Amino acid sequence: MSQRIKLDYLTRIEGHAQLIIERKAGKVTGCRLEVVETPRFFEALLQGRHYRDVATIVARVCGVCSISHTLASLLATENALGIEVPPAAQLLRRLLSYGEIVQSHLLQLYFMAVPDYLGAASLFQLLDERQELVARALRLKRVANRICEVVGGRPIHPVTTCLGGFSAKPEAGQLKQLRQELVAALPDLEATVELFAEFDYPQFSRQRVALSLQAEERYPLHGDSLIFSSGEKYPVAEYRRQIEEYLLPHSTAKLARTQSGCYMVGSQARICNADGHLSPMAVKVADALQLDRAGRNPFENLKARLVEVIHYIEAALHAIDDLLQRGMHRISSNSTPAAGGAGTAAVEAPRGLLFHRYEYDPQGFLQQADCVIPTAQNLASIEADIQLLLPQLLELPEEQLRKRLEMLIRAYDPCLSCSTH
Amino acid sequence: MKTKIGFFDFAGCEGCQLTVMNLEEELLQVLQLVEIVEFRELMSERVAQLEIAFVEGSICRPGDRQRLQQIRDRSQVLVALGSCADNGGVNALGSDRTAEVLRQQVYGSDLPHLYTETPQPLSAVVKVDFRVPGCPIDGREFLAILQALLLKQQPELPSFAVCVECKLAEYPCSFDYGQVCLGPVTRAGCRAICIDGGGHCRGCRGLIDNPRTSPYHRILEQHGLCFDEILDQYRTFNIGEQESAK
Repeated sequence: MSQRIKLDYLTRIEGHAQLIIERKAGKVTGCRLEVVETPRFFEALLQGRHYRDVATIVARVCGVCSISHTLASLLATENALGIEVPPAAQLLRRLLSYGEIVQSHLLQLYFMAVPDYLGAASLFQLLDERQELVARALRLKRVANRICEVVGGRPIHPVTTCLGGFSAKPEAGQLKQLRQELVAALPDLEATVELFAEFDYPQFSRQRVALSLQAEERYPLHGDSLIFSSGEKYPVAEYRRQIEEYLLPHSTAKLARTQSGCYMVGSQARICNADGHLSPMAVKVADALQLDRAGRNPFENLKARLVEVIHYIEAALHAIDDLLQRGMHRISSNSTPAAGGAGTAAVEAPRGLLFHRYEYDPQGFLQQADCVIPTAQNLASIEADIQLLLPQLLELPEEQLRKRLEMLIRAYDPCLSCSTH
Repeated sequence: MKTKIGFFDFAGCEGCQLTVMNLEEELLQVLQLVEIVEFRELMSERVAQLEIAFVEGSICRPGDRQRLQQIRDRSQVLVALGSCADNGGVNALGSDRTAEVLRQQVYGSDLPHLYTETPQPLSAVVKVDFRVPGCPIDGREFLAILQALLLKQQPELPSFAVCVECKLAEYPCSFDYGQVCLGPVTRAGCRAICIDGGGHCRGCRGLIDNPRTSPYHRILEQHGLCFDEILDQYRTFNIGEQESAK
């Protein structure tokens, strides 16, 4: 007897997707994660736009990671047109990225994942019973958003970023205030670690290939070199030789693969490739959570995300100190943009590697754009996990099977409107 | 009884819903007055009827129209959340080309699941009672509109232009830098945040009710700028109102 299980309303993820499972005589015969998000054709929308407008438009690919899109876009255009970025502006950009990754991770951890582990349908359901937990989630998210607000002008779709650096900078007083708020958040972070240390994470193991930017002086964030968990390294500009995007008839998001198949990007991939560069507090937290640094269990994405939250908060404190000590005398470029050219950039977005590549004509109008999204790179890996996990779950009542699969998909924190763009 | 509200999304970045989430402390207070009964990004629950539906995103596929109609049918009040829902938003930038051309450019394929139509604001499909403009929306403005709805009052948007807020804050005028700015014709309410950030206004909040075009033409002339540059900027967040801007 054949049976079809359809999870057509996947919740507590960003965007729209459904999971279809077909089984016959106790065997899984098909499994598809269908991204049904509307194509918005961003690469085509950018065609013909002047380089001054490109980052502002492409930020709108995603509300959760608009800062990553903005920065990947600016860096790609700067590479194409030979625009230098002063060191203080590079540091401010890193601080901005830290804020975004922390707010995105906290949103996923508290609002999307915690309800699964506390047996609720949403965090709002816990308002009465666990008021302190809900208030803490909101307080922490607020601190992360404050980083984005102080540096980027607002938490979503930043207004101070521009080619060559920034068009406005925070006052020293604002940075000092922000620093105090970050320090004041440490007890809340500690309570968060305690909470996540208590959870019972489903057991599962699959050897996955990890791809991230290479850690140079620090934990990967913005950079020019890619590294696989095998140790192979490649320049970012060569990404299209390493990664192939492909289309399936069931998904409006393109998927990605290397010659050897699917791979993972994101927190687990970064930790797998660069755990030696985690901050001291983050290392302690990784130990306390007993995090598998090789990232074999996708459910442990949650732990990896929390370790990164700690790392980036610590990194943000150091970045603020640096900015205050060195001053922010020059935050915008004085180089003259070249007449046209092609450029590629990659940044570590909350969910992993994000590539933007542009070609400009001599008048500065965009001719070709390519954006490769972290979630699109993870989709094949999610399907591969589900295929391996399913046989273990087939004995479960359907309700529990559905729940377990949703938890697995959620653990990757897919951003589907982003993946389709 | 708390008022039952829900959040829904179509083609867009979900940044407006996230702006609501980002209200943080205020959100806790709001939750004393309202019950969020549906919000796919954050909740697994669903309900049959609700009092206020906040809808983000633009309408691009036949299935979208059906789903929006269903949301309309089970909601007493429907509010468009953000540029995409209000006037097509960034999604509509490609409306100068056919969907087939866009598909070929991005996917190099014509598979049926990639079919879309020109992105439309919600009002092209259903009756929209109120709207929160902007890309993304302004959290304070959202709160003000929600408050008015809870008090059964008519929510009001500013009727003056971004220029007014910009002048009151004494920000330097974009035109003085030779930069086209849509501040003179765009609806205020954002506290001129983009100009504060060192940029210019791209009109994400849509036109004011009666934009005065002749003084605007004079400003453009004085600064050696042309109307096409304005239209180019205006197109970024707005669809189908090009003619009214002239």
